[in-house]
Amino acid sequence: MNTNYANKNRLKDLTFWQKIYVPEIIKGLSVTMKNMFKPNFTLQYPEEKFIQPDSYRGRPVLVQEENNIERCVACGLCARVCPALAIEVQANETESEKERYPEKFEINMLRCIFCGFCEEVCPEEAIIMSKDYELVFRVREDAIYSKDKLLVPVKDLQDRINYLREFKG
Amino acid sequence: MPKITIDNKEIDFTQGQTIIQAAEAASIDIPHFCWHSALSVSGNCRVCLVEVEKMPKLVIACSTLATDGMVVSSQSEKTLSARSAVMEFILINHPLDCPICDEAGDCKLQNYTYKHSNGESRFIESKNSKDKRVALGPNVMFDGERCISCSRCIRFCDEIVGEKQLTFVKRGDRVTISTFPGKELDNDYSMNVIDICPVGALTSRDFRFTSRVWEMSSTKSICSGCSKGCNIDVWVRNNQILRLTPRQNDAVNNFWMCDEGRLNTFKHINADTRINGPQVRRDGALSKVTWDEAFSAAASELKAFSKDEIGFVGSPQATNEDNFLFSKFVKSNFGIKNLTFFKHIIPGTADSLLQKEDKSPNSFGAELAGIKPSKDGYDFASLLSAINSHKIKALYILEDSNILEIPEIESYLSKLDLLIVHSVNSSVLTQRANIVFPAASYAEKNGTWINCDGIIQRIRPAVTTQEIDRSLDGFSMSRLDKFGTEYDRWNQTAKVDARPSWKILCGLMTVFGQKQKFSIVEEVFSEMSNTIPSLNGIDYSSIGDLGIKVSLKSPIPATIEGKH
Repeated sequence: MNTNYANKNRLKDLTFWQKIYVPEIIKGLSVTMKNMFKPNFTLQYPEEKFIQPDSYRGRPVLVQEENNIERCVACGLCARVCPALAIEVQANETESEKERYPEKFEINMLRCIFCGFCEEVCPEEAIIMSKDYELVFRVREDAIYSKDKLLVPVKDLQDRINYLREFKG
Repeated sequence: MPKITIDNKEIDFTQGQTIIQAAEAASIDIPHFCWHSALSVSGNCRVCLVEVEKMPKLVIACSTLATDGMVVSSQSEKTLSARSAVMEFILINHPLDCPICDEAGDCKLQNYTYKHSNGESRFIESKNSKDKRVALGPNVMFDGERCISCSRCIRFCDEIVGEKQLTFVKRGDRVTISTFPGKELDNDYSMNVIDICPVGALTSRDFRFTSRVWEMSSTKSICSGCSKGCNIDVWVRNNQILRLTPRQNDAVNNFWMCDEGRLNTFKHINADTRINGPQVRRDGALSKVTWDEAFSAAASELKAFSKDEIGFVGSPQATNEDNFLFSKFVKSNFGIKNLTFFKHIIPGTADSLLQKEDKSPNSFGAELAGIKPSKDGYDFASLLSAINSHKIKALYILEDSNILEIPEIESYLSKLDLLIVHSVNSSVLTQRANIVFPAASYAEKNGTWINCDGIIQRIRPAVTTQEIDRSLDGFSMSRLDKFGTEYDRWNQTAKVDARPSWKILCGLMTVFGQKQKFSIVEEVFSEMSNTIPSLNGIDYSSIGDLGIKVSLKSPIPATIEGKH
């Protein structure tokens, strides 16, 4: 009945030059030939690494001020807004003027979807999407980044902070 | 009846009501900071300004009496612009540190700022600085900068507690709240000022910085601290109770609860001393066994004694359902001769506001559920002396930590040949016991308590044990509970292996050859309401959130009291 329908169609669609196959092969090879002499886009990762634009959203990090204290006040908005429930914050009281600090700040990097909502919602400019994209773990527990891995000195994040101030106000 | 028109809605009111009271009765919300329905009118925040026809200026709704034929607008252009101006004025010296402030998410000022303010301040000068982190008392911390001087806390101490402990000091924009020199905010109800504070100026020293409100789930429950049965919300995050707050119930506690109940009635539930799994004493030491092993061990041990040698102690801390099944179990197997309970009364601890002398939440209900010795039996005091004279050789105690308060309880317990207890935490009782059944605490089960005024109220589970599931068993859930999975870290907190006492008794009765048909606690209650005349026609839905008064034939005689 309809079992040969595709076949029939195919025979009808093909032109004579297509049927003889050789010109089509030459056409395809010409594309290959053309690209052989174009500039190379491939990077030899990991020897070569690409340069991220400032708008790049890598892994979220916490800003560490010059006095080695985190900027975060543990308000919990990033944990609230996180659609993947990746962030866990436990606040506590500190003697310093800002009263509140994150006793525990953990991001589960297996859950993080790099959406950047945490950065957007942060009222203190304390959580920033860095340019770091190399995330390797051998066990699941290693994927839970706590403050020791999350804190990054503010001078290393200046590009992104400037970008945010310019474009996201 | 006189009528007032608010926002084109005609409302009946009673003479003497203010505009805001009339509006509240008709569920029209007029914004307010300083006004509180349980406190006197202060009229200092000015946020409740409304436009009244034929009045030359806007008036404050909280102190203007409603009159017949009055036409009020809370949404007119003039009202809205005045309200926005008042908000701007209040925010002049209010620090915008919501990310740090503990009140955020639960803050009247924050909510009103979103709702009624235009969101911009023209104030460019520097804000006032005042004292921060002032410990007003043992339980309350004060932040002067956040205070908007509404005076609710001052009026609460003056009018509700009747102890003048707080006052305004200084004038103008330097005004702040202080205790009197050398004095502290240390009345028995001091923490209620935290709940009525419309901003984050007053915070709980116990709860500060622990959790955001939106991270927790809240469950409607009843305080277990005394027989008043104040309505509370139980706030839970990661299966741990973090705080209790009072819940409004005009028939019981109005808006309030005492500090004692708020701070000291939940920490044992999260404690390490929880009994986890049933235990049976073998070769002198308690060892963990399965539930079935514990049931058959209890049955065979109890059968070794004659009926008159066993004392049964019900519990004013357990629910009506637990006590009902306990009395049913005892009645059908041993007779109710030695069935009694310990009423934990501490004379002199009652006050005119909420606190009661009876420190158990359900003395009323325990007796109503049938925990009452027959005439020739022992009441609790004579039960103790019968233990002393070795007439009673075995004791079965339903969950009751107040028994530990009896002086020299250990000497009584040491005279027993057999002690079976249902217990939430380990204690002297469980250390002496031959068989320990881990009981679910009041925050882990459904049930009912009857308070000192005969109002039957419901407790609901807020914390999960091994046998119950948060989503399947209809708990209130936080966002993490709703969207997380059981493999998430916040769901990995250890759950205790405990059961509500009624369920333990069902298991035990099965071993005694009296298989019970109950699978949920509602079924126990419906049998109760069918057999106990005072509870006829009552079920869980008619009790609802606020409880209902039980018709009582006779008040409970205060015969079964403790010794001190």
